[in-house]
Amino acid sequence: MSSETAAKPRSRTIKVDYLARVEGEGALYLRVKNGQVADVKLKIFEPPRFFEAFLRGRKFTEAPDITARICGICPIAYQMSSVNAMEDALGVQVEGPLRELRRLIYCGEWIESHVLHIYMLHAPDFLGYQDAIQMARDYPEVVQQGLKLKKIGNEIVRLLGGREIHPINVRVGGFYRTPRKRELADLAEQLKWARDAALETVRWTAGLPFPDFQRAYEFVALRHPDEYPLHAGRIVSSSGLDIPVQEYDQHFEEEHVGYSNALQSVLRGRGAYHVGPMARYSLNFDKLSPLAQEAAREAGLGPVCNNPFQSIIVRSVETLYACDEALRIIDEYQEPDRPAVPVEPRAGVGYGASEAPRGLLYHRYKLDDAGIIQDAKIVPPTSQNQKTIEEDLWDFVPGRLDLPKDELTWQCEQAIRNYDPCISCATHFLKLEIQEE
Amino acid sequence: MAHTSTPVRIIGLGNRYRRDDGAGLAVLQELAGRDLPGQDLPSVELRAESGEGAALMEAWQGAQRVILVDAVQAGGVPGTIYRLDPWEQPIPTEFFHYSTHAFSLAEAVELARVLGQLPPALVIYGIQGADFGAGEGLSPPVAAAVPAVADRILQELAQPMPGG
Repeated sequence: MSSETAAKPRSRTIKVDYLARVEGEGALYLRVKNGQVADVKLKIFEPPRFFEAFLRGRKFTEAPDITARICGICPIAYQMSSVNAMEDALGVQVEGPLRELRRLIYCGEWIESHVLHIYMLHAPDFLGYQDAIQMARDYPEVVQQGLKLKKIGNEIVRLLGGREIHPINVRVGGFYRTPRKRELADLAEQLKWARDAALETVRWTAGLPFPDFQRAYEFVALRHPDEYPLHAGRIVSSSGLDIPVQEYDQHFEEEHVGYSNALQSVLRGRGAYHVGPMARYSLNFDKLSPLAQEAAREAGLGPVCNNPFQSIIVRSVETLYACDEALRIIDEYQEPDRPAVPVEPRAGVGYGASEAPRGLLYHRYKLDDAGIIQDAKIVPPTSQNQKTIEEDLWDFVPGRLDLPKDELTWQCEQAIRNYDPCISCATHFLKLEIQEE
Repeated sequence: MAHTSTPVRIIGLGNRYRRDDGAGLAVLQELAGRDLPGQDLPSVELRAESGEGAALMEAWQGAQRVILVDAVQAGGVPGTIYRLDPWEQPIPTEFFHYSTHAFSLAEAVELARVLGQLPPALVIYGIQGADFGAGEGLSPPVAAAVPAVADRILQELAQPMPGG
């Protein structure tokens, strides 16, 4: 490696090859020519086309259970976007305690997913460990705390979702069964610990070393007048977009890119945009709970965050918010009269979005008059962020071309990991490899 | 919280919408139709997991004896059955699902080892998959391996616990 840093090659190709075994899926390809980045191609995400096809001909009631199986990490997000879309098509409003319970289960998923990424995947990058296993040798209590905190998210999902892995209790119109107030009381005790642990997590992540790297993103997230966005709101952006979810297709489009079987989402006429915790945070800082706002300020974050490496702090702030919000919901919870509002099938098109842990998740369904799905469209957050990740690498790599190859590879992986990309849903098998020409 | 005192737990991992990735779940289904030793006691519990590692570390908590079943990519002939004992050897990270996103089986086992949280007895069965694309149904060699793995698990359960 040392000779390489001493005499920089004129032309250099770096492939971070994720695919190894699954043909045609995920890889990062970087080409450097005359000391400049000549090409960046990222293909990490396969859109859920199988599920879109699989849903056609199914009843509208089946969509939450089927789409929950798209991702083992964020099943609730898929359920929430699907019920939102179905309820939009069928003219149903879910309000009061049922709406609150939907927020509560979503808080559980945010806690699970964010904590997994913070402690098991992202923190080792900053501390210089290959993975959480190595990190656990030196910081066993930190890793144990992460596992304990994540488990409380699981408990919420299990109690409200009926099952932890593929929750089955969420339905169009509400739930199959709603919890008794006393069932939530146990959770509240655990959540008080979790809130303290999440606050510690914010402080801990704020102390990690961050590269000086910022970009001017167009952030896109839901925004709601009364709450930090989880499962409802209008789609807004930092450049002034402000539309109902029903107008998503008029403003966003998916582009085929030649080197990938994936689609890249862009804002029509504007290009790449950024969804996920940083976008939510930067567009909705004023809607965080006072405790979460204070923790963010104490951590040195302004109301807008443009350094993607600091997304680990933002995820921690959102974890704190999710604990705080879950406690508020449990405290104010009134058992509903019925677990779901009645839903009658009718023909129409429904649009739904929610804030998956990784960002905006859009669903659209066309139903016939018997409520049978004629057409389905699902746009997950990772496909929306793909182009932004590429653009980050265009900016990130040039100042680092003198690094040894393995170090540069690792830093590129970190830059991708900032987005917690949902690679596992697309490419199960992942191998990293660099080749030079 | 539930099932924390079950002595024997068989955990199948996977996603049945990623074809051969559903092999572990198919073995669970196969076992559910067999007479498990002590099934009516009920000391043997069958449990499905997605394969997310941190959840897996919770799933095996409290069990004395754990058998995991998952699809693998070990470079072998599809349908090949592997048996690994983490108490005897480390689990190769590339053997099971590995990504920068998921924290998967191999990482869960090795992290549990570091944290002193491995179950007292743990055995992993892997079935070499052929097709992990989106879709339903196992490829023929993997489908054929499913009852064979179930047989081996039942034989294993008929033996006393290692060290016990």
